[in-house]
Amino acid sequence: MITNPSASPAKNVLEIRDLNFYYGAFQGLKNVNLDIKANTVTAFIGPSGCGKSTLLRTLNRMYDLYPGQRAEGEINFNGENILNPKQDLNLLRSRIGMVFQKPTPFPMSIYDNIAFGVRLYENLSNSDMDDRVEWALQKAAIWNEVKSKLNQSGLSLSGGQQQRLCIARGIAVKPSVLLLDEPTSALDPISTGKVEELVHTLKSEYTVVIVTHNMQQAARVSDFTAYMYLGELIEYGPTESIFMKPTRQETEDYITGRFG
Amino acid sequence: MATLDSTDTLALHRQKVIRMQRIQDFIFEKTSMTFAMTTLVVLLGIIASLFISAWPALVEFGFPFFYTIEWDIINSKFGGLIAIFGTVATASIAILIALPLSFGIAVFLTETCPKPLRRPLGTAIELLAAVPSIIYGMFGLFVFAPLFAEYIQPAIAATLGQIPGLGFLFTGAFNGIGILAAGLILAMMILPFIASVMRDVFEIVPPILKESAYGLGCTTWEVVTNIVLPYTKTGVVGGVMLGLGRALGETMAVTFVIGNAHKLSPSLFSPGNSIASTLANEFGEAEPGLHYSSLFALALALFIITLIVLSLAKWMLLRAEAKKGFKS
Amino acid sequence: MSTPIHFDAGIYRRRKIKSTIGLFLSMSAMALGLVFLLWILSILMFKGFSSLNVGMFTQNTPAPGSDGGGLLNAIVGSLMIVGSCTLISTPIGVMAGIYLSEYGDRSKFAAVTRFVNDIMLSAPSIVVGLFIYAIVVVNAKHFSGWAGTLALALIAIPVVVRNTENMLRLVPVTLREAAFALGAPKWKVSTTVVLKAARSGVMTGLLLSLARVSGETAPLLFTALNNQFYSTNMNAPMANLPVVIYQFAMSPYENWVNLAWGAALLITLTVLGLNILARAVFKEKVAV
Repeated sequence: MITNPSASPAKNVLEIRDLNFYYGAFQGLKNVNLDIKANTVTAFIGPSGCGKSTLLRTLNRMYDLYPGQRAEGEINFNGENILNPKQDLNLLRSRIGMVFQKPTPFPMSIYDNIAFGVRLYENLSNSDMDDRVEWALQKAAIWNEVKSKLNQSGLSLSGGQQQRLCIARGIAVKPSVLLLDEPTSALDPISTGKVEELVHTLKSEYTVVIVTHNMQQAARVSDFTAYMYLGELIEYGPTESIFMKPTRQETEDYITGRFG
Repeated sequence: MATLDSTDTLALHRQKVIRMQRIQDFIFEKTSMTFAMTTLVVLLGIIASLFISAWPALVEFGFPFFYTIEWDIINSKFGGLIAIFGTVATASIAILIALPLSFGIAVFLTETCPKPLRRPLGTAIELLAAVPSIIYGMFGLFVFAPLFAEYIQPAIAATLGQIPGLGFLFTGAFNGIGILAAGLILAMMILPFIASVMRDVFEIVPPILKESAYGLGCTTWEVVTNIVLPYTKTGVVGGVMLGLGRALGETMAVTFVIGNAHKLSPSLFSPGNSIASTLANEFGEAEPGLHYSSLFALALALFIITLIVLSLAKWMLLRAEAKKGFKS
Repeated sequence: MSTPIHFDAGIYRRRKIKSTIGLFLSMSAMALGLVFLLWILSILMFKGFSSLNVGMFTQNTPAPGSDGGGLLNAIVGSLMIVGSCTLISTPIGVMAGIYLSEYGDRSKFAAVTRFVNDIMLSAPSIVVGLFIYAIVVVNAKHFSGWAGTLALALIAIPVVVRNTENMLRLVPVTLREAAFALGAPKWKVSTTVVLKAARSGVMTGLLLSLARVSGETAPLLFTALNNQFYSTNMNAPMANLPVVIYQFAMSPYENWVNLAWGAALLITLTVLGLNILARAVFKEKVAV
């Protein structure tokens, strides 16, 4: 296992230690060790079935919804092991947010979509809530497009807009980490461009982990890249070195497109 | 517990929220589970209360109650065979007639019907299934019965009634009511229901399966009989049994035309009684004592019979749905 | 060189004829079904409308032998009984449906409940009426609108449960995950997100259950009974359209028979109207 790049002195927000994951009898992740640094964008890349989404979904324990799926090992979030069975999952998920592959606006107004998550854990006055909603929509670069129709249903937006709405929804609760699971694979190129720009601006305040099957996107958007294959972490390092001078043959094969 | 926060007041607030959430989740789950139990509790309650109310009759007449031909209110001697026969006979006639017709409708809706007509015609069938049974009863009494007596019964007696060995089924006066009449009205009533279920079951067949048969040059009828039917066999049987279950328990469509006579006669033209029609007619003025509990014994018999038929039907439909492959 | 096939035109012709006959017969079955529908509806319209007059909505059911009369007490009674039934069956049915869909994926209890629920969907309604008679009417020592309401509720609840569960299961799992990902507790996910997303389908189910109980006669025969006079007291026998039809239709009085047809028309229009409304509501919003 290639260890973490030593150059940056930034603190580790997430430390994954000896992580093994099982779908029933099938092992989806094998002995993954990885550190995610604060205020960076980390990309997980690899061919279909390599375990990148699986790894992402362990970080907010989304797999917990499905019996038969289990994780072993340690994931330390700001020092605490979130794989601890006593960990409160709702609380965890309010600190580590997730945006999914397909846009999933709730069946409510745009305003309520954003406010939904905030209302769960914070008691804001009406004007404070208005401010928070506006702030989140601004950050997601969609404020100008929706500011005059906040009361309309979230479903009335286009696909690209819906996805940015979901990102705004994730940001609004001010999590420490934002997990993006192939956020642009269902979007057209222009919306994809907007979302990628967004990811770039987000990292000053958040730590972003993005799963993508599009290598070029990983190269464009991330600071660190982890290449996975068949459940194992093959190589992890600064994006530039992974793409320019990979140390492992497997990585080079994938990057150069020898298999997909 | 893991606080995952840097500031303390925020952490405390979140702790409170978490605690509330846990309580709310617990209450919600337990309440909805209790509500989910209602039908279960009701089922058991029905069986228990029917049994208790029927007890005196069961004690008095024992198991022979269910095969004794007797319904003497004055002398308090009761036997369930007349009613049971009526229930089974009318339901059987109904299924016999409704089955091929609903099959035809289901085939039409899934294979031959032009695409734009499918939805409206399907809706028409579903609307027919929604018509309350008492309407069928009234229709049967006022419209069907006179026609039946005037044209259909003589026709049947002249044709089927002449067949040696079958003739005894069609003897008696042509008064438009009776077992056969009730069976026909019941057939009209369950026809749309079975047709809907069959159509839903036929639509489960993966188009690619049918296409591979067409690709070999099969005619539409051959695709239906060789591909669709075998594939949906369990579902079709389940649907038919569901219809049978409904037919057995039907009251209003039958009571108006069955004739309400406590006689058991081999002729289908003769009036008779089903369990449901007996209950509808007599429960209102039942003499307390053996009459009352005999009626409950009949109700118990009906409930158990339909329970068995419906369970089989449901089990078959579950098996058919499992064939869909993925979780629906 | 492959051997040429022997194309037997006779076999092919026979197969084609068989298919044509089979399909023709099935089309006739469809036509027969449509003929029934139109026949029944037209008879209803004809006989029902001819007995329709203002008096039907302003006067109460007539005493045996007396002239004229209307259906006012029966209409009001039916509205009250069916209305209270809906108030009871909706929360119970919807909550049960939520339980089966959101919490009942793998438990044996949920599987059994679902099975029993679907059986009760088709259970003989007269037996349900007898059950309520035995435990409510006997103990209260009188018939009542409430007993009728309970009997109808026992018939409506399985319909609502089945429909609600089906509709909730159609909601894509990613929507649930998105709500969980924000840290929402399960009850909030189930109600404010999933139920909301499925609301038009659930509404349809409620309308269909309403349609179903509006036409039920047998459960009311020995629970709400009937009442010749106008009454809004649910704690006493209550007039209602289906039982009125039952009593009046087979009677020798002409005005009674006419009123029975009028009541039959009213019930059918209501039931069909609700069904059509339910389909219109759901068809519009199929895209969630």
